[in-house]
Amino acid sequence: MLSRDDIRRIAELARIEVPEEGVAALQHDLNGIFDLIEQMRAVDTTGVEPMAHAIDLTQRLREDRVTETDQHELFQSAAPRVEDGLYLVPKVIE
Amino acid sequence: MFDHTVSELAALLRDRKVSSEELAALFLGRIERLGGGLNAFITVDAEKALASARAADARLARGEATPLTGIPIAHKDLFCARGWKTTCGSRMLADWVSPYDAHVVEQFDRAGAVLVGKTNMDEFAMGSSNESSFFGPARNPWDPSRVPGGSSGGSAAAVAARLVPAATGTDTGGSIRQPASLTGTSGIRPTYGAVSRYGMVAFASSLDQGGAFGKSAEDLALMLNVMAGFDERDSTSVERPKEDYARDLARPLAGLRVGLPKQYFTADLAPDVASCVMAGVEELERQGATLVEVNLPNQALAVPVYYVIAPAEASSNLSRFDGARYGHRAAGYADLNDMYRKSRAEGFGAEVRRRILVGTYVLSHGYYDAYYLQAQKVRRLIARDFAGAFASCDVIAGPAAPTVAFPIGEKTSDPVQMYLEDLYTISVNLAGLPGLSVPCGFGEGGLPVGLQLIGNYFDEARMLNVAHRFQQATDWHRRSPPGYGS
Repeated sequence: MLSRDDIRRIAELARIEVPEEGVAALQHDLNGIFDLIEQMRAVDTTGVEPMAHAIDLTQRLREDRVTETDQHELFQSAAPRVEDGLYLVPKVIE
Repeated sequence: MFDHTVSELAALLRDRKVSSEELAALFLGRIERLGGGLNAFITVDAEKALASARAADARLARGEATPLTGIPIAHKDLFCARGWKTTCGSRMLADWVSPYDAHVVEQFDRAGAVLVGKTNMDEFAMGSSNESSFFGPARNPWDPSRVPGGSSGGSAAAVAARLVPAATGTDTGGSIRQPASLTGTSGIRPTYGAVSRYGMVAFASSLDQGGAFGKSAEDLALMLNVMAGFDERDSTSVERPKEDYARDLARPLAGLRVGLPKQYFTADLAPDVASCVMAGVEELERQGATLVEVNLPNQALAVPVYYVIAPAEASSNLSRFDGARYGHRAAGYADLNDMYRKSRAEGFGAEVRRRILVGTYVLSHGYYDAYYLQAQKVRRLIARDFAGAFASCDVIAGPAAPTVAFPIGEKTSDPVQMYLEDLYTISVNLAGLPGLSVPCGFGEGGLPVGLQLIGNYFDEARMLNVAHRFQQATDWHRRSPPGYGS
């Protein structure tokens, strides 16, 4: 069972603000979801190879050639704040 | 003419009985007149559509047409299309205009298809009812007080209401097959790796796969012929020769072995859905197929496993939405961390926030082995079940959804009830197999029911063959919702 403190801790890890009055409802919902998940934890999986992907794949290598052009102006046109080609965020170090 | 399939419209275009511009105007007119109440589209662009229709007409006149040239289509609003808003049904991307095309969008463009709009969807494809969309729920044309299913609810509703002849969708846990079932449309999710994920906004990368909705299995084959194929920009795109998915459509069903998983026909399945599905299976038998019972012993674990793997991958994929580079940024914040927290809290809706939190928890220090690794191991067991089943059958048949379309609001207060809607579809995604749903009758309230067919890896042509033969003998797929037909 996830406690209220667990919810606050997870929300902090996920960088999602959860107002204090929203913690109880999230705790209820998440515990409901983990009740469902619990069913698979009891399965004996000794010796079973984890399946990371739907199909077996090997990493491809491609020819080393230029495939991308510089489109930073186009891409940055969607940014909330840009100056001199840089993304602006609040000051991190005083 | 709006009732025609893509293949029928293509013949009319080829014979110059209708122009692409006329077709675009016809469907745009229907969207304008009938579409409002369904909320099936997030963006419609008549000007762009008519311009590309005129280009298609020129191409038709030059005799350089493909079967899709001049056909109006819609893309689920998570396929990036250059110059089009690509919202993913989220406030986070509500105003984001894509600077590039997804591989799928590019392929339809090259084929000369006419993009008329982007369809409504559950936010970031997380949902089974289209109710988590920031733009409000799409509605089911068979009964507008009910959901069209999800997450590709807008595409399903649009095709069902004959607002477009065909549309794209994506299926991470059932998001094509379940809405196809609930709206009486045909929908296919190909084998993982068949359709490039490049430019498809990522939800759960090991499960996401693009696919299509149409009015017939034949149309789905035409759509896949455009969409599928190797793309080096997606590291999980499978390198294999291009194939013609329509090549086996007419093949007789004699000798076909249809597997019926006993775990699919239990008390969880509504009786009205069960009887439509069984009637569908009997039609296959009438055409010479033999029925065999197959065993998927770990079927009940599919939903629990999915709700570890999908949220884990989502929490990682959606960490890119930080309010710094694109997407929503909160208006006021104290520092950088506060900007992240507030932008993400405001930009994501409740279901997306829940899944990010579940995913963050199962990947966090000390819990990884107990949840994520264990889920990956059980995922292997589920995939092995299918391998075992396909030793004794060619396709598996069953329901695509446990019930007919449910009323809007019925399942929104309990996330787990919503998750169980994908009971019969999720295991297919975990195994990476192809699956489709075709209409097979009407259940309670005159609402459509879909027959799900699951194939072995890259066996789409065979599945489409079975679906097509089924549709040659039935007319469920030709029925249109009252008020939307001819």
